[in-house]
Amino acid sequence: MTATLTAPGKAAADAGTGSTMIGRTPRRQIYLPLGLYLLFTLIPFYWILLFAVRPTGSTSLVPWPITFEHFDKVWTERSFATFFQNSLLVGVVSMVMTTLVALAGGYALARFDFRIKRGFMLALLCSQFIPGALMLVPLFEIFAELRMINSLASVVIAETVFQLPLSMILLSGFIKNVPYVLEEAAWVDGCGRFRAFCAVVLPALRPGLIAVGSFAFVHSWNHFLFALMFLSDQGKQTIPVGLATLMGADSVDLGALAAGGVVAAVPVVIVFAFIQKWLVTGFSAGAVKG
Amino acid sequence: MAQAAAVAKPPPSTAQPPPGKERRRRRGAGASPRRLPYLLIAPAALLMLGFIAYPVISVFYYSLRHYNPTKPWRDGFAGLDNFVTAFTDDPDFWRTLGFSLQWVAVEVVLQLLLGLALALLVNQTFVGRALARALVFSPWAVSGVLTSTIWLLIFNSQTGITRYLADIGIGSYGTSWLSDTGTVFPAVVVAELWRGVPFFAILILADLQSVSKDLYEAAEVDGASRWRQFFHITLPHLKDAIILSTLLRAVWEFNNVDLLYTLTGGGPAGETTTLPLRIASIAVDSHDFGYASALTAIAFVILLFCSLLYLRLSKFGGQDT
Repeated sequence: MTATLTAPGKAAADAGTGSTMIGRTPRRQIYLPLGLYLLFTLIPFYWILLFAVRPTGSTSLVPWPITFEHFDKVWTERSFATFFQNSLLVGVVSMVMTTLVALAGGYALARFDFRIKRGFMLALLCSQFIPGALMLVPLFEIFAELRMINSLASVVIAETVFQLPLSMILLSGFIKNVPYVLEEAAWVDGCGRFRAFCAVVLPALRPGLIAVGSFAFVHSWNHFLFALMFLSDQGKQTIPVGLATLMGADSVDLGALAAGGVVAAVPVVIVFAFIQKWLVTGFSAGAVKG
Repeated sequence: MAQAAAVAKPPPSTAQPPPGKERRRRRGAGASPRRLPYLLIAPAALLMLGFIAYPVISVFYYSLRHYNPTKPWRDGFAGLDNFVTAFTDDPDFWRTLGFSLQWVAVEVVLQLLLGLALALLVNQTFVGRALARALVFSPWAVSGVLTSTIWLLIFNSQTGITRYLADIGIGSYGTSWLSDTGTVFPAVVVAELWRGVPFFAILILADLQSVSKDLYEAAEVDGASRWRQFFHITLPHLKDAIILSTLLRAVWEFNNVDLLYTLTGGGPAGETTTLPLRIASIAVDSHDFGYASALTAIAFVILLFCSLLYLRLSKFGGQDT
């Protein structure tokens, strides 16, 4: 975190090198607002790290010496080890299901013209406006009927379903960008449609699949409401519910809460570091030119 | 901005399958090409029918019934009773609805303005740009509950930011912004901004990549100021992206339950209870599913109406694009 904090300053030192950008903006007009916004972004991250590694009762703003007592506590006493496993399971399975189902549907939307296509597209767009948060009661009933309450399967299904529309629209955009003639050439060479798809489309879809898959993972990892409503056993709960429980306690143990938050952030930070360079290009390549 | 593209400009070249496809059908992965698209969308369609369409219909069905698992003797057809109760006999309905609208308006406007500014800023060429982008976008990936966790640590009365501010003489010790009805709104707004601005910034930055550089060069040659370039080139180009992200975000913020539920629990004194939070608490605490469904149905209609109105007013995807 400290290394990253110094970045704007270091960059400012290099600012002498001229830019060829059209309509140059003076350095000061970039680094000053950027520095302020970086402070707003980074201080909260620093704050949670600080609370997670400094001993209980300390009010020092520099966490030294650091302690791992809070991590020990949340991981074992507060069952975050279990929550972590559950969250990981939900995240990975929803990611795989969302991507596969959306890939099939997205391919159909991109490559075929069929009778209910317009209606189906419209349904996808409309379902963007249907909030999961308002559907808790009927969803609860359905999962009760299916005997899935208190099973991670209910959360996996709910997360997958509510991510499908956007994922499918995004993937069909990415697929449209892969020239159809490439696939046709593969058919001429004797490939079946499926083999042609695997050989030609799939490799070109890599950025799109990474974008859609990681959205799905991050979203399911982060999502709180379905797990809160459909899982009542403590052993079945996920990290966000565990965090909410820590916050809801009568006297909040701030150190444990901060450590729990850091644990919750780790997988997301890893995924984000991995995808962030695709974030902007992924949206523009796959969607905007769709 | 997939939706933008999908609604506004279906590319004619790819919307139709290229001619000659039918002739080369042969080995169509075990299915005839006529049936293949239906097979491919079947899993998605079935999941959405079962877990989105059916629940929506059942919300409207329950909204016309008395339905409370803890009071089964009252269950039955209710006509419009639930709606009448909401509109005439439930001050909390109007209060939470009003707060929801205030919340959405403030959050979306601030997120859009800051997100736009941030996107324009990190679209400039400067040293350290990749790192700066990664850092300012990072809260995008942070969950509502984790955002609550972080801001609870910042706002807590003993070791939060107010303590350190008091140390240097600003404010007083023991202040908790989250439990004071006067400060709780700005406090939660800032917390949600922290996470929400990157969403707009990412989408707008993505759209900025496709502005033709020639336009700026031409404007430069004509001596147009940077402000004029912004208003006559950048903003018109971003129009669709801005409209769509604003709309999606408004719906999303309306239904944002994670952050408020965990950060304030709707308090203090119900000051930060949105309509969805109230619906959840009715369903969870009093198990009055019939009434909760009626409020949900009202929320659906409001969201639908606002979305249509917004698309209409903004002439989304008009001929000019």
